[in-house]
Amino acid sequence: MGILLQIDKISLNLEGRQILKDLSLSIEEGTIHSILGTNAAGKSTLAYLIMGCCDYIAKKGRIYFLGEDITNFPISKRGKLGITLAWQEPARFEGLTVRDYISVGMKEKDDSLIEKALHNVLLEPRDYLNREVDKTLSGGERKRIELAAVFAMQPKLAILDEPDSGIDILTLDNIVGMIKELKRQGTTVLLITHRQEVSEIADKTSLMCSGFIVKEGTPEETGEYFKEKCIPCPTKIFPEQQDNS
Amino acid sequence: MMRQDYEAILAAYSQAGGIPEIFKDSQVAHLVIHKNKVIGKNLVKGLSLEPKETALGVDIQLKVEQGIKIEYPVHLCFGVLPKEGIQEINIKAKIENSAGIKLLAHCVFPNALKVAHKMQAEIEVGDNAYYEYNEVHFHGQDGGIEVIPKAKIKMGKNSHLVTNFSLLKGRVGVFDLDYEAEVLENSSLEMTAKIYGYGDDKIKIREAGRLIGKSSRGLIKSRIAVKDNAVSEIINELTASAPEARGHIDCVEIIQGNAQARAIPIVNVTDEFAKVTHEAAIGRVDKKQVETLMARGLEEEKAVDIVVAGMLK
Repeated sequence: MGILLQIDKISLNLEGRQILKDLSLSIEEGTIHSILGTNAAGKSTLAYLIMGCCDYIAKKGRIYFLGEDITNFPISKRGKLGITLAWQEPARFEGLTVRDYISVGMKEKDDSLIEKALHNVLLEPRDYLNREVDKTLSGGERKRIELAAVFAMQPKLAILDEPDSGIDILTLDNIVGMIKELKRQGTTVLLITHRQEVSEIADKTSLMCSGFIVKEGTPEETGEYFKEKCIPCPTKIFPEQQDNS
Repeated sequence: MMRQDYEAILAAYSQAGGIPEIFKDSQVAHLVIHKNKVIGKNLVKGLSLEPKETALGVDIQLKVEQGIKIEYPVHLCFGVLPKEGIQEINIKAKIENSAGIKLLAHCVFPNALKVAHKMQAEIEVGDNAYYEYNEVHFHGQDGGIEVIPKAKIKMGKNSHLVTNFSLLKGRVGVFDLDYEAEVLENSSLEMTAKIYGYGDDKIKIREAGRLIGKSSRGLIKSRIAVKDNAVSEIINELTASAPEARGHIDCVEIIQGNAQARAIPIVNVTDEFAKVTHEAAIGRVDKKQVETLMARGLEEEKAVDIVVAGMLK
């Protein structure tokens, strides 16, 4: 398996503040790669940057996808290449049914795949297919539909921004199962989380703090570091950054 | 000539989303009016529908007798097929106590270059009664049309009234809607308008509900999308002056290009046990919605279309 996504010394500022600092990251094709970090580490910013969201333009550095430089590609072009993002708090759509929403990213509309995707996130298709993706859905239901839509799209790279937040403990097992199913179907997963136990399903983990990747390795190696150093840390600022400030 | 007009207006009705076969069903009441001519009519038991041709249009007396609930929706079709013309429809509707009716009106002006369609309605809904009026417009692409619907509605006790107005196909032209309803004890009112304006369309809507009866309810909802140089002004007004009256105004306007939109929610509560809430949002299509769809591989323009179409659905 080769490198699917290569981030090379990316820096990004938002409203005058540097959020990502010379960040480099390699994601191998066919793996689950988790980004573990506490709040405000820059994890979601990294997700938006990879997706190409419009306010998240790198100040310097490059992004390569399957060897192609996509640094200046707009979001739709990255979507067409097979990159997608499940937002931590997904948007609501008045008048758009769950069926139509899920089918947006599919190359060909396939009802059986839509139903399978809903089953994977423990939603009964007959109860949800014709409901609107609007504010009548609970936060947890909306998140599960977002994951179902990503599954049905069968992307090359799925960026999942905290898929575990706002999800009850019973559903969490299924979400984890669905992430593994994504990998089985050939999708590479970039799993963003602040929960070490969720990060454990990854093949490789990058630990993130204040805009840096501070450690990489197996989930066990990074998990130990996270427990010992990051959770008790009062400042949540990477020591190298503290030295600079 | 009348046969030709009938066929032509049904063709336009079909384009507007109507099902022309419905006019062959004897169980379904209908009325078809071209300019100032009544060219089709069918009645059902308990419904009185008397059209009278005038110089510029048709006066209609509609009555549903006490205790009668019309089983199938009554289909109305109004239209002007030539490029120029005026159509003035005056409706007096009386829904007697414990009666109910649902009306589906299709208004078709496919060739309008200089057409005016004016409607003046006086609607009286009795106690324990039900009235639903759905109006769908189908216009051509020239924008040479002026649509001016006005309605004064009085509702009795324990009644329910729904109005739905949609103008999504073709140019709006100049549009000036003014509906006003008075709602008595335990009655509920729902008014919804959905319009898509472009070119130099001008949209003005005023929908007002007066919740004067105890425990009366009112919901006024507007969904407007404008692009190019179109302008819209939406005045939604709810007054609550009785205990336990509850109302809500919900207005969303999306603008694109050089379009301009204005929303004026007016909330007036004069009883300490009444409550009216309002929400209004005007702006571009939500960035997160668009980016979500683009992240599935859609181009921006297509993503915006999906968001706007959903809102107007």
